[in-house]
Amino acid sequence: MMPDLGKYAADVLAAYAVSLGLIAVLLIVSLRQSRKTRTALRQVEESRQAKASAQQGSATGNG
Amino acid sequence: MSERLTRPTSLWEYANPRRFMALSGFLLPWVAIGTAATLLIGLVWGFFFTPDDYRQGSTVKIIYVHVPSAMIAINCWLMMLITSLVWLIRRHHVSALAAKAAAPIGATMTVIALLTGAIWGQPMWGTWWAWDPRLTSFLILFLFYLGYMALWAAVENPDTAAELTSVLCIVGSVFAVLSRYALVFWNQGLHQGASLSLDKEENVSDVFYWPLLLCIAGFVGFFILLILIRTRTEVRARRLQALIARERMA
Repeated sequence: MMPDLGKYAADVLAAYAVSLGLIAVLLIVSLRQSRKTRTALRQVEESRQAKASAQQGSATGNG
Repeated sequence: MSERLTRPTSLWEYANPRRFMALSGFLLPWVAIGTAATLLIGLVWGFFFTPDDYRQGSTVKIIYVHVPSAMIAINCWLMMLITSLVWLIRRHHVSALAAKAAAPIGATMTVIALLTGAIWGQPMWGTWWAWDPRLTSFLILFLFYLGYMALWAAVENPDTAAELTSVLCIVGSVFAVLSRYALVFWNQGLHQGASLSLDKEENVSDVFYWPLLLCIAGFVGFFILLILIRTRTEVRARRLQALIARERMA
């Protein structure tokens, strides 16, 4: 299946390894950052909602 | 984010963060599937099923990663220029964040183009590097990418950072244009002319042309995919910062 790359095999394989490696790193870093930010935002929004409903509850209780 | 969005009447309405998140969220899986398919077919076709060149031997296969990455490296900066101008003129935050999100992609593509060019150059030109107009302008473009990212990281106020980086982007555009047209302007150096041209006579042979075209389409898709993912991250990060600041003030 592997094509015969002749005397330039090391060069060709190195070029593909560098390219695909860097592309994979870029994709993985982007996805990890995305997941991290999404989780952090969800936590902050949930805690805000919890605070807001607690305040609303105490205001209704007082009223 | 749960409010119902009305049908947009202008393209500028997509600069609304909520509308952008809705549209990009819808597009993401389709772009991902299209990119994976195109890139896989293009690279497999190019690497496994194309012949060696009569002069370059098997190193011609490097074209399938070198040319697309170089094209993205240059055009990414042009995309950043357009979004920076949109920010400066119309003050749409999503456009500034899209420019910020694009910079690491452009920098990575520039590194790929420089490294694969060096790997190809060593056996073909007999040297890893030459201070050729195109190679040099590409290296300067890479330095501009680094400077652009460093400036975003160095300035705390996001609006000020967006303004300063937009100005830097306009200045750096000179090198993005030079990277593309260095050969035309100076007509010297080791680097050959464009591999793809509207003039059929100047194009690479058909056996290399079609897989190359697929690889370019795959890289463009990958660029769009990453722009969507990274801009969505930046929009969320911006909202997160705003919420945290609001809580501190309360």
